[in-house]
Amino acid sequence: MAKIAAVTGNEAVANALMQVNPDVSAAYPITPATDIMQRFTSFVSNAMVKTEMILVESEHSAMSACIGASAAGGRVMTATSSQGLALMWEMLFIASGLRLPIVMPVVNRALSAPLNIHGDHSDAMGARDSGWIQLWSENAQEAYDNTIQAFRIGEHMEIRLPVIVCLDGFIISHSIERIEYLEDEDVSNFVGEFRQVSPLLDIGHPVSYGPLILPDYYMEFRKAQDEVMSKVSKVVLDTAKEFEKISGRRYGLFETYRLDDAEIGLVILNSAAGTSKDVIDEFRNRGIKAGLLKPRLYRPFPYKEIGEALKHLKAVCVLDRADAFGGSYGPLFIDISTSLYPYSKKPILINKIYGLGGRDYLPEHAEFVLNELVEIAATEKVKIIKEYIGVRE
Amino acid sequence: MIKTLSLKELSKKEVLLTSGHRMCAGCGAPTVVKMVLLASDYPVIAATATGCLEVSTCISDYTSWKIPWIHNAFENAAATIAGVESMYRSLKKQGRINKEIKFIAFGGDGGTYDIGIQSLSGAMERGHDMLYICYDNGAYMNTGIQRSSATPLGADTTTRPAGSVIPGKTEQKKNLTRIMAAHGIPYAAQASPSHWMDLMKKVRKALDIKGPKFMNIISPCNRGWRSRTDDSIMISKLAVDTCYWPLYEVEDGVTRITYTPKEKKPIVDFLKPQGRFKHLFKPENEWIIKKFQEDIDREWERLKKEASLSTTPGPIPTT
Repeated sequence: MAKIAAVTGNEAVANALMQVNPDVSAAYPITPATDIMQRFTSFVSNAMVKTEMILVESEHSAMSACIGASAAGGRVMTATSSQGLALMWEMLFIASGLRLPIVMPVVNRALSAPLNIHGDHSDAMGARDSGWIQLWSENAQEAYDNTIQAFRIGEHMEIRLPVIVCLDGFIISHSIERIEYLEDEDVSNFVGEFRQVSPLLDIGHPVSYGPLILPDYYMEFRKAQDEVMSKVSKVVLDTAKEFEKISGRRYGLFETYRLDDAEIGLVILNSAAGTSKDVIDEFRNRGIKAGLLKPRLYRPFPYKEIGEALKHLKAVCVLDRADAFGGSYGPLFIDISTSLYPYSKKPILINKIYGLGGRDYLPEHAEFVLNELVEIAATEKVKIIKEYIGVRE
Repeated sequence: MIKTLSLKELSKKEVLLTSGHRMCAGCGAPTVVKMVLLASDYPVIAATATGCLEVSTCISDYTSWKIPWIHNAFENAAATIAGVESMYRSLKKQGRINKEIKFIAFGGDGGTYDIGIQSLSGAMERGHDMLYICYDNGAYMNTGIQRSSATPLGADTTTRPAGSVIPGKTEQKKNLTRIMAAHGIPYAAQASPSHWMDLMKKVRKALDIKGPKFMNIISPCNRGWRSRTDDSIMISKLAVDTCYWPLYEVEDGVTRITYTPKEKKPIVDFLKPQGRFKHLFKPENEWIIKKFQEDIDREWERLKKEASLSTTPGPIPTT
């Protein structure tokens, strides 16, 4: 029987981590992720988990210690946000290059300067090409469910890659929502025993981790990493099927909302998808065929599947809660454009940058964008491809 | 298991860093690593910071390490081995592993004194059961002899070259062993490969102490020091005999000098065989040698005073 609770996103994630019960965790405080590890360390102090906790002196050391612990041969997790993730950047590539299935909730927050502790996606977008799998979550329930599934995906014997689970800072991390918890035993059985691959602690079979690889083999090594990435989608879907059996909740590579017969659509990540769905319902009530696509598996990006899901629309707006400076468009827009490029008949695309540094995304923003899409669909004319919305002029 | 440190007994032990690695002829680092691993009677897992030792001992698909070994990045050997050691403690507590294993991190002076000092300080403060060994060759040798905070006064390096206005490094070397001892860790020591028995006894002692330990070992680099490849051990001996590199240990706050030169040699004896100090012998730079000697004399007197205040001097047990 599932337990129903009213908890914050951070509390839900901390609870998932307790139920998974990893062997080692190393973490450093940073707003708004601090709360996850605060809660988790209270589980450690009260012997509710078997986890050995390393209270490091920086996020760089957090990820460094996670790498050492994971290579030693056990289940490892940490959590962070923003500057913390940025400080880990060097180590992210080493964790994925060494194929270590570390799980890390990232409570999305803006990057400095200027300093801002509130929610946007700049942090995780900065890590999007680091070789980590990324799962994104609309609400506390999805953050909880994704955290549990992340261990099984990353530790899959054909994958063995680290996984980031994203949830929006404050909007989700600090808001109380209704959530259904799984039974401890169900979670424990679902993630199963950690399977070691060449553990350092196997003294009888010494292995060397982290060699120097020169031009003679470096490229083959990278190609192998790319090939592993191409297997992730299937494992994510298989894992989702298994997860549905214990939870009754269905997950895919992305979520579509009233998209099948839609003519105009929004593509949007995380919590703002919820607000958008309400507005789409209003447009549908007025007879306007609007829909939405919310990516869940953001890395590796399911280009083909998303292209198929969007190709029939007349006009699509990709909403980015981050900008990719110098790339001209937001990061999600760039991915969506790439997934639609192969089709000769495809929707007209526009890009809106919204909600940076915790700026509210309001129903009227979704309404404004949908109205613009209605006009574009009718006229096939675009006034401006990329634009900041909800911003002072 | 060897009870005493005799050459005869040690010669029967397996060398755990195999030959065939690509360290330079005359480099002190592989000698230091071999001595350290030979000294241990326990299985060891090691982490190594990016640097000469790392890039030369594990080039895919080859490895010189006959023990489990991990290289992570430059600045984080301490945090990395702390992670390995934490997993060991976790699995031991869970009854999933029962062997007694020791954990050692190796880093050069760049990876230890400079970019890795935060990671090292953090790991020491957290009390991990580990031994951190710095092989100190006094510059960023792997990237081509750049100045580090371990570079001695006056030394010519590629980023602080001795020129017409700047006579090489103008600052004195950071005293990292004191900094580590000031962490209040149970054991911190300095050693030199020229005094192999002293070095190995210290490693043995350190491995038998629970908690964080630090050893700073001088490691000649003939490329950077501009010295002969067959003079490495001789120069490391001069470092000890001039008291540039005193051999001592700080155990539970008690400082003990483990070797006192019969006759303290002048610092010029250490500087002369090294091309990096060549310019110091020009008349206009004589003041640097004078200052170097004064710095050493002052530190040696301070160290002797510190040791004399300590209460429990005695020989290092050989078992």
